Amino acid sequence: MTFPYWPSLLGGMLIGLSAAMLLLLNGRIAGVSGIAGRLVQGAQLSANAAFVIGLVMGPPIYLVLFGHWPAVTITASMPTIVIAGLLVGFGTRMGSGCTSGHGVLGLAGFSRRSMAAVAAFLLAGILTVTSMRMAGL
Amino acid sequence: MTNRISQGAAALGAGAVFGIGLSLSGMLDPARVQGFLDVFGAWDPSLAFVLGGAVAVAMIGMTLKRRMARPVLDTVFHLPIATKIDARLVIGSAMFGVGWGLAGLCPGPALSALSLSLMPVVAFVVAMVIGMVVHDRLAQGRSA
Repeated sequence: MTFPYWPSLLGGMLIGLSAAMLLLLNGRIAGVSGIAGRLVQGAQLSANAAFVIGLVMGPPIYLVLFGHWPAVTITASMPTIVIAGLLVGFGTRMGSGCTSGHGVLGLAGFSRRSMAAVAAFLLAGILTVTSMRMAGL
Repeated sequence: MTNRISQGAAALGAGAVFGIGLSLSGMLDPARVQGFLDVFGAWDPSLAFVLGGAVAVAMIGMTLKRRMARPVLDTVFHLPIATKIDARLVIGSAMFGVGWGLAGLCPGPALSALSLSLMPVVAFVVAMVIGMVVHDRLAQGRSA
């Protein structure tokens, strides 16, 4: 019996390390929707732009370390992608966070607000994927 | 000035570690994310391990933070102060969840995967930014 989830666990720990770095060094929350949102507004431009540049550099660094790109398999059609993007952009601003801010840091800080947000987006995501499968999409 | 440069360097490093973590975890792949959300189908539990590992390490960060008067490179911690669970939080998060399920992408992986220059990812990020701007415009109009 081998445990197939080591990369997931280790990758997750790196995400947690990133969150801890930004918190302890800059005193900021590593919530990607918040960082992207502030970048769009032009607030704290240099630090937010630097974080996003680092984020984009992640897969090329992975390529150098492991000799192949990480898999990215997209099955959704272009119109679906656009609708999904609009919902993710609007929803994360309205709900003040996404999988990283509410999911990682919110849960790590035992925030009840973040627990409610995580429950809402998990439930909505599960319902969406289940409905798509049942509709044969 | 020096502080802004060191803060930028710290943010760049944190972003890169985040991006490598996403790549290693498999969460850059929308198919795996949708597999996790498909709890009634062929469920792929990977994302639970990603989240578990991330939360565990972030908790260590939170514990260290409580012992610090200020962050290393700034004078104060900038943390969210809202505690109320209101309709905006729940409805916004649910909208995000629908989009997350439809495409299998959330903001972190979508931005990180831009480096692979795939057309659907670029389209997703453009739409996401438009969604953010539309929200902020509407919120501004309401509070004005």
